[in-house]
Amino acid sequence: MDVTFLLNGETVRVATEPTQTLLDWLRIERGLCGTKEGCNEGDCGACTVIVSDTEGAKALNACILFLPQLHGKSVRTVEGISGPDGQLHPVQQAMVDKHGSQCGFCTPGFIASMATGHLQGRTDYDDILAGNLCRCTGYAPIVRAAEAAADEPIPDWMHDALPDVTEQPFAPENLDALATWYAANPDATLIAGATDVGLWVTKQLRDLQQVAFLSRCQELRAITVGDGDIKIGAAATMTDVMAVMREHHPSYAELIRRYGSEQVRNAATIGGNIANGSPIGDNPPALIALGATLHLQNGDMQRDIPIEDFFLAYGQQDRAPGELVTGVTLPKHASALRCYKISKRFDQDISAVCGCFNITVSEGKVTEARIAVGGMAGTPHRATEVERVLIGNPWTTQTIDAAAARFADDYTPMSDMRASAEYRLQTAQNLLQRYFADMSGQETSVLKVQA
Amino acid sequence: MSVAKPLPHDAALLHVTGAARYVDDIPTPKGTLHLAFGLSEIAKGTIRALNLAEVKSAAGVVAVLTADNLPFANDVSPSAHDEPLLSDGRIHYLGQPIFLVVATSHLAARKAARHAQITYAQETPILTIADALAADSRFEDGPRIWTKGDVDQALSQAPQRLQGRIDMGGQEHFYLEGQAALALPQEGGDMVVHSSTQHPTEIQHKVADALGLPMHAVRCEVRRMGGGFGGKESQGNALAVACAIAAQKTGQPCKMRYDRDDDMIITGKRHDFRIEYDAGFDYEGQLLGVDFTQMTRCGWAMDLSLPVADRAMLHADNAYYLPTARITSHRLKTNTQSATAFRGFGGPQGVLGIERVMDHIAAPLNLDPAHVRQRNYYAQMNGAGLSAPRAVRAQDGISEQKKLGTGKPYSAAFSPHKAQQTTPYGMPITDFILHDMTEALLESSDYHGRRAAIAAWNAGQPVLKRGIAFSPVKFGISFTLTHLNQAGALVHVYQDGSVHMNHGGTEMGQGLFQKVAQVAASRFGIDVDLVKITATDTGKVPNTSATAASSGSDLNGMAVAKACDIIRDRIAACLATLHQSRVEEVVFKDGHVHVGAETITFAQAAATAYQNRVSLSATGFYKTPDLSWDRIKGKGRPFFYFAQGAAVSEVVIDTLTGENRLLRADVLHDAGASLNPALDIGQVEGGYVQGAGWLTTEELVWDEKGSLRTHAPATYKIPACGDRPDVFNVSLWDQPNPAQTIYRSKAVGEPPFMLGISVLLALSDAISACGPYYPDLQAPATAEEVLRAVGRARG
Repeated sequence: MDVTFLLNGETVRVATEPTQTLLDWLRIERGLCGTKEGCNEGDCGACTVIVSDTEGAKALNACILFLPQLHGKSVRTVEGISGPDGQLHPVQQAMVDKHGSQCGFCTPGFIASMATGHLQGRTDYDDILAGNLCRCTGYAPIVRAAEAAADEPIPDWMHDALPDVTEQPFAPENLDALATWYAANPDATLIAGATDVGLWVTKQLRDLQQVAFLSRCQELRAITVGDGDIKIGAAATMTDVMAVMREHHPSYAELIRRYGSEQVRNAATIGGNIANGSPIGDNPPALIALGATLHLQNGDMQRDIPIEDFFLAYGQQDRAPGELVTGVTLPKHASALRCYKISKRFDQDISAVCGCFNITVSEGKVTEARIAVGGMAGTPHRATEVERVLIGNPWTTQTIDAAAARFADDYTPMSDMRASAEYRLQTAQNLLQRYFADMSGQETSVLKVQA
Repeated sequence: MSVAKPLPHDAALLHVTGAARYVDDIPTPKGTLHLAFGLSEIAKGTIRALNLAEVKSAAGVVAVLTADNLPFANDVSPSAHDEPLLSDGRIHYLGQPIFLVVATSHLAARKAARHAQITYAQETPILTIADALAADSRFEDGPRIWTKGDVDQALSQAPQRLQGRIDMGGQEHFYLEGQAALALPQEGGDMVVHSSTQHPTEIQHKVADALGLPMHAVRCEVRRMGGGFGGKESQGNALAVACAIAAQKTGQPCKMRYDRDDDMIITGKRHDFRIEYDAGFDYEGQLLGVDFTQMTRCGWAMDLSLPVADRAMLHADNAYYLPTARITSHRLKTNTQSATAFRGFGGPQGVLGIERVMDHIAAPLNLDPAHVRQRNYYAQMNGAGLSAPRAVRAQDGISEQKKLGTGKPYSAAFSPHKAQQTTPYGMPITDFILHDMTEALLESSDYHGRRAAIAAWNAGQPVLKRGIAFSPVKFGISFTLTHLNQAGALVHVYQDGSVHMNHGGTEMGQGLFQKVAQVAASRFGIDVDLVKITATDTGKVPNTSATAASSGSDLNGMAVAKACDIIRDRIAACLATLHQSRVEEVVFKDGHVHVGAETITFAQAAATAYQNRVSLSATGFYKTPDLSWDRIKGKGRPFFYFAQGAAVSEVVIDTLTGENRLLRADVLHDAGASLNPALDIGQVEGGYVQGAGWLTTEELVWDEKGSLRTHAPATYKIPACGDRPDVFNVSLWDQPNPAQTIYRSKAVGEPPFMLGISVLLALSDAISACGPYYPDLQAPATAEEVLRAVGRARG
């Protein structure tokens, strides 16, 4: 595959294997060793680089970023964050001044994330840096550095242009071309953000020869807010989805804020999270609770299904060979939606339990209930028995207690390294209690408490 | 004077620009080969058949080695010669290296290593503490038992008595830079090894043994590590030896780095412990006797487990005077990764044992646990004039005030007044300063006011509960293997006045190099920029000890000071002769040398000395005085002094899910007269958060087959940025060390780690607000464990 992008301002043309990672290419082929490998799975951020496209600059993990994903984009590594004459970027100077590095190995990744945040004018440092692990400092001096650099001007060299490129067969630029190609090549792998497929390559060491990259298919990335609903293209990144949900479904947005990390959300797509059918994906429970509709396309055949019908069994989805998920439509209004993500660590962690509740109460009685809990079964699905007990009954603690007991009828969770089956079941029950308290105006989130 | 200045880390500029080189960044010669291990997929048994045909024929493979191909010692153990590089046919844990792939790339080696076909004769593995006790599977012939006084009588006569148990999990180091080594074959069969190691001499030694060479034929160089935390004290041996053997066999440079999953599956971690206690006390919470049984999983090989378990015993008292005590230590051998050094080296586990006792006995007495702690403290050090501490705060920036740190002389040779109180191992406590530190911290953090406010807040909150807790640390400084308490240095002064400094310590991020460079600059009265910090190199300073036990600055700072003083005295003698002055009148200060009425630059002084044929190179050597220790009897003076500290932590929990968050931390830590307050505060902040991680989100999970299920950051959760407390007040106590250390500073690497224990205690406090029963909180206190404890508190 012939890929063209800018690297620290210089045009690069590379003939590459489809799954050559940017990190290995930088370090081995280019000798740019500032960008580090810490985990090789997108969880530590030591390999963070800045990638710019038509939407602006974003931080991405280079370890699970394939070179073809960069076609037409611009990459800036730590070596290019200091100026052409060696001038330090304000975040670099601040990290020196505030003692923000100790062993220094995570530092280039932090610098890339901090410089991106600086470029975007953001100050939500806990979110900007959630995907960068540091084992030495305890983070306090790093945040002090970010704060100290916040008001410094953006250096000229940080404004990246984009290279002129032509469409490449591996990266179709419209949906019909993609769908036609995929229908003819049903064994191929579609790669959007590569936050999951990346690990097939770096950890499972799989060879993927036949692939298509979705990154240049703008049609698939569109998010349309209509009068009554919101349509999200399958290749919309979770960063883009979060931005829309902040306005319309703030609880879902808060769930997404804790979905992966900044770097992961900048790459990961909502379609990928749905299509891979994982029982621990965070979008499906929210979308099921919202009553979302999934859109699929096979060649020129399109169909829509309720999203909960997509997940047939563990590892099995209602998707024919050559058929692809093109998007999802969800209601614009659902003021009673609440999403609760339970994990060992708040940020950048996979849910042990992800409970999403959307219960309508009218004149003191439950009239409608959509509840889905992730991490509880081989597929994400509705808690139908719980819903049955709720509907038609008064919105009281008695009803909640009776309904909560029914989670055991809906789910038979497993024990694993994230949580025991007992904890998962008890927590699912307690999340219904939390929902009741939450809707009654009680404080239920430890994240909202301050010393 | 350079010492005591809050200078940045010496490599900060290189770190932030990506220019700092780690092992995997060193440009390699053409033809460099890459290595990967093939790993065992069972925890215990023997290899019946090993078919490596597909490995050998895989793309890019140059050679595949097994134990039969090793020319000399098949041993990478730091202690008991019980750790073969490659399996000798026996399998001791899931993840044990069986064969070694040598290939043209890192990826090719990793891919090939997965193609082995191995048949095993499986045996039932010994995985847990209970398994090991049942099978009497242990290191040493039986438990180590140390006693002080008649603890059985004290317990039986105590007005109050209770028993309990706390399990505490291990901890993955998660150094951001994984293990790595690069071997470069030299002429005549010599070998140069670059290793990410805290112990270059050990690398040299193990490589020499594996190659059948004398140590002089092997040179190990370490510029820096991307984090160590104890995980690179012995765990780098395997990679360095593998690289050296492959390099010797192929004649090509060989490099090896573990992929993160391999790193976590292969290497040892912090020892997990179970501690049972039986405590007798009075109605005021004064301990009269305590009987501890410490059980630890050492894993499959001895590694450093004996001194780790010893240090857990040595810290079973933490800051508290135990009139009678018995400490029993079981060092259990299991079919899991060989647990190894990790910041604190057993100390944190021992400290948590007694802190749990303090927490537990306060509950039935309905006393503030902080009061119980203060009541049980050792007696305060006498006559050290500790009235007004000069607190140095991280967030205010650090004052440039000069701190000479020379301290006061004391009546004893190296220590202040002898006290009557002794530790359970018979060492008099003469430098205890926690009474004043505690009062200062409780006041600055408004502990009592906040405790009352939290109780009121909790009364009005049905779902969320807050908790607050105080805990201290007193940590013994010195290697308990006494002969390790030595260090060497090599210093050159060039004729332009620039200084080349080398010592046996390694840099893993702690700022050792900068602190020692500040010492060197201070001895010569010059700016620290004139001192070149160079990579640790076994060819420059031989027979070094691991950079461990928090001892780096104490040992190497003193050795460098001695080397500098030798050169300085030679220059002074030369100048005194030339200027017909007295040696005592030659003063090195502010980049100049003053001789009587004359003043010349340090560069001129160096040039003059050179022209007068004065040697401007010297070695320095230091050994810690005043140590004597019998680890079998458990008696003596294993430590030169104690570093101390205290923390107050506040948390909030959700009683429905167990979710919890650290809200505020106040820390006051004793770094003596700090050599560099900025770097020391960095150690305190980082240590505290790492300690909090150990006891909260960092959970290691093995399945019933002995397979580690948490072998990557996707499943093993160290603290992230948002987990640090919103309010984080860290200050240094900043008083000179009564012991004669370098500029009266104190070691600071490990002790603050134990301040994270206050987070676990604060969680226990919050849970206590849910019901009348003691929460019996275990560690790590994941959300799941907190929810269980909420259930226990409610009964």
